[in-house]
Amino acid sequence: MKYRLTVNDEKREVDVDPDTPLLWVLRDDLQLTGTKYGCGLSQCGACTVHLDGKPVRSCVMPIRSVEGRKVMTIEGVAGPVASAVQEAWDELQVPQCGYCQSGQVMTTIALLAKISKPSDDDIDGALTGNVCRCATYPRIRRAVHEAAAKLEG
Amino acid sequence: MRRMPHLAPGLDRRQVLKGSLTLGAGLVIGLRLPRGARAQAPAGGEFVPNAFVRIAPDNSITVLSKHIEFGQGTYTGLATVLAEELDADWADVRVEAAPADVERYKNLFFGVQGTGGSTAMANSWEQMRRAGATARALLVAAAADEWGVATGEIDVANGIVSHRASGRSAHFGELVKKAATMEPPTEVELKDPATFTLIGRESLPRVDVPAKSRGTAQFTFDVDIPGMLTAVIARSPRFGGTVASFDAAKAKKVPGVVDVVAVPQGVAVLAKGFWAAKKGRSALEIEWDDSTAEKRGSAEIFAEYRVLLDQPGLSARADGDADAALAGAARQFSADYEFPFLAHAPMEPLDCVIQMSEDGCDVWAGSQLQTIDQGVVAGTLGIEPQKVRVHTLLGGGSFGRRATPNADVYGEAAAIVKATGGKYPVKLVWTREDDIRGGRYRPLFVHRLRAGLNEAGDIVAWSHRLVGQSIVKGTAFEGLIQNGIDATSVEGAQNLPYAISNLAVDLHTTDVGVPVLWWRSVGHTHTAYSTETFLDEVIHAAGKDPVAVRRQLLAEHPRHLAVLNLAAEKAAWGSPLPAGTARGVAVHESFSSFVAQVVEVTLADDGMPKVERVVCAVDCGIAINPDIIRAQMESGIGYGLGAALHNEIVVESGRVRESNFHNYKPLRIHEMPPVEVHIVESKEAPTGVGEPGVPPIAPAVANAMFALTGQRVHRLPFRNAIGKVADQA
Repeated sequence: MKYRLTVNDEKREVDVDPDTPLLWVLRDDLQLTGTKYGCGLSQCGACTVHLDGKPVRSCVMPIRSVEGRKVMTIEGVAGPVASAVQEAWDELQVPQCGYCQSGQVMTTIALLAKISKPSDDDIDGALTGNVCRCATYPRIRRAVHEAAAKLEG
Repeated sequence: MRRMPHLAPGLDRRQVLKGSLTLGAGLVIGLRLPRGARAQAPAGGEFVPNAFVRIAPDNSITVLSKHIEFGQGTYTGLATVLAEELDADWADVRVEAAPADVERYKNLFFGVQGTGGSTAMANSWEQMRRAGATARALLVAAAADEWGVATGEIDVANGIVSHRASGRSAHFGELVKKAATMEPPTEVELKDPATFTLIGRESLPRVDVPAKSRGTAQFTFDVDIPGMLTAVIARSPRFGGTVASFDAAKAKKVPGVVDVVAVPQGVAVLAKGFWAAKKGRSALEIEWDDSTAEKRGSAEIFAEYRVLLDQPGLSARADGDADAALAGAARQFSADYEFPFLAHAPMEPLDCVIQMSEDGCDVWAGSQLQTIDQGVVAGTLGIEPQKVRVHTLLGGGSFGRRATPNADVYGEAAAIVKATGGKYPVKLVWTREDDIRGGRYRPLFVHRLRAGLNEAGDIVAWSHRLVGQSIVKGTAFEGLIQNGIDATSVEGAQNLPYAISNLAVDLHTTDVGVPVLWWRSVGHTHTAYSTETFLDEVIHAAGKDPVAVRRQLLAEHPRHLAVLNLAAEKAAWGSPLPAGTARGVAVHESFSSFVAQVVEVTLADDGMPKVERVVCAVDCGIAINPDIIRAQMESGIGYGLGAALHNEIVVESGRVRESNFHNYKPLRIHEMPPVEVHIVESKEAPTGVGEPGVPPIAPAVANAMFALTGQRVHRLPFRNAIGKVADQA
């Protein structure tokens, strides 16, 4: 089956089975490997992308439900929020193994787009679905606050 | 002589090397070590003073890391040490994985190329310093020759070589052509640590962070080669089971599936992409032969181990006469501890890419034991090890899982390549379910601790019996078993530092068909828990203070004492706390690093401990990168806490109950406490930090829970023990 979607502001067409999760379309068909596989069950958040601006777990999002919609991945994010988040990630030296961090960054960008100055509870609420086995959580928390402070200017 | 941190006291480096000889002999399948293999020829007129560094005319400095980077900061740490002695500009430094080449890149504590036991910094410290100093000496010699001045008049700083008297200076890049022609010095002088500028510097940034924050870091899962197929394997649901028969007709009809082949490990499905491969695997019809499979479950294994607790095991340590002292003690204490199997569950599941070529093959993987992985691929494919070019990529975590003595994922990938005649480049991946159910767990253990107090409340006897599987038995690392005792089973118990005159440790090593492996901090994962909580139990029974008694018992162990005192001071041990909050403490040495943690705990609504604060003190010798040390303590604490709260792998009739993160629950951000890390200033050679943060956290939390509730947790994870308490109430 052929599906059309917009990925990182580019129109793309793929020919895959209707039940193929967006994650594997991105990784195996479009070679956008910044989005990671961690569980396949929407339990870990490593596969987080933005669908029409909202964070979703691409590992459980069949391509048939993405037809005609806009997908943003870690490769495509840009703008002040994305820059503030990624700079804060650098400054706080957040990543260790780094495998989950694309998902952490994507969830955080979506959080800050919605809540400009999140509380610790807001951070817990948004990021509890993003697992980091290296437990970089204290630095993620500080980096989210730091990114919010940068944006406040 | 330095001890290998993994080993028990008394086992020195010479014996470790003997162990590694056993390793060579054990791997008859193809571990013929490549001789004289050289790193690939440098391009672009680079200066290659030794195996660990290249300097290009554009001033860029490439450090070659013989150790894998999977989060612990090795790339940055090794490069820092080399760059320090080179007097490089840190901004010019980048890091590349060294190829598999045991002669040049062996772990000096292992005898083979590999990473583990928190040894990366410790074994490389002198080597990387010398590599940097040698390169510096050649650059200085080149400048002296060029300028006609004495080498002693030349200074080097921030990547610039200068001669003050004449005012001449040159960037490294300008000198590389000449430096390549200079005679390498036989002796180099290493810096006085007091003059270090990069080592110990606060906020020296990691080399791998920007790429990891932007999704551009390359992991094995991301490798894409033209014509490559993705493979998954259907493995026996029971450990040790084999394929009796299978029907691939339905699997082959799945669009995208290209091939289905039998391999010794099961049935492999090859497809154009992950999704088709996984669907193909689901469509396989397989009859399993369970005649050689393990059919016991965790419950049966625990029951068998409990019986062994009543029988003496092999003695691992016997100071004085513990049994007699116990019998004569004024008060006696005993407690049995139970520890489940644990999965490592790194974020990136296991994976490996192999491509055949006319002159051998290329392997891309997060290789943690390059020599062994290379040997297993070579043996499986029937080619010379030096024709297996291992490209070590960043690993998405490991926690021990990628250091497999039988190179499991490599053997599987090579078997698929062999079964398909090398027609396709193959990317073998494990799903999360494969990872959780695939075995190689922290072994299930039971312990019995006994102690005796005299009238004054001093501990006069200590007896510790352990029952569990050996991690190294029957593997290439079997040399670590000395006099029947696997050092990885008793580490942390056998070398208990407390001054107790009658002290016995004995071990039953069991045979169980569930594959086991080192899990971040290995034996210390269970020995720190039982020793530090039982000690706490006895101290409380004697009506004494847990920190004060530990101080007395550690009087002869200044490094333990220093971290204990620092943590206690920074946590204000003994000061009042709000109602409903309690403190706990634990101190433990692992891998020659010393860590003490004081935690503050409250009770969550469900009865589980909520850790509000962790104060951690660490002595790992000279602090190469303080921020990475802090990060590793944070990481170890989170990893250890998550397992202690939630995790167990339960085997039922030989099958694993858990399958993914919904029922093997990882620690999440809302459960992670704030962590303060304090580093003891030290002039000792550096030791590791990847693992030593793990062991103290669970016992510290358990001790705080006791202070809060009066309940002792003897069976991990907490979730089960707390559930039991709740049921009884």
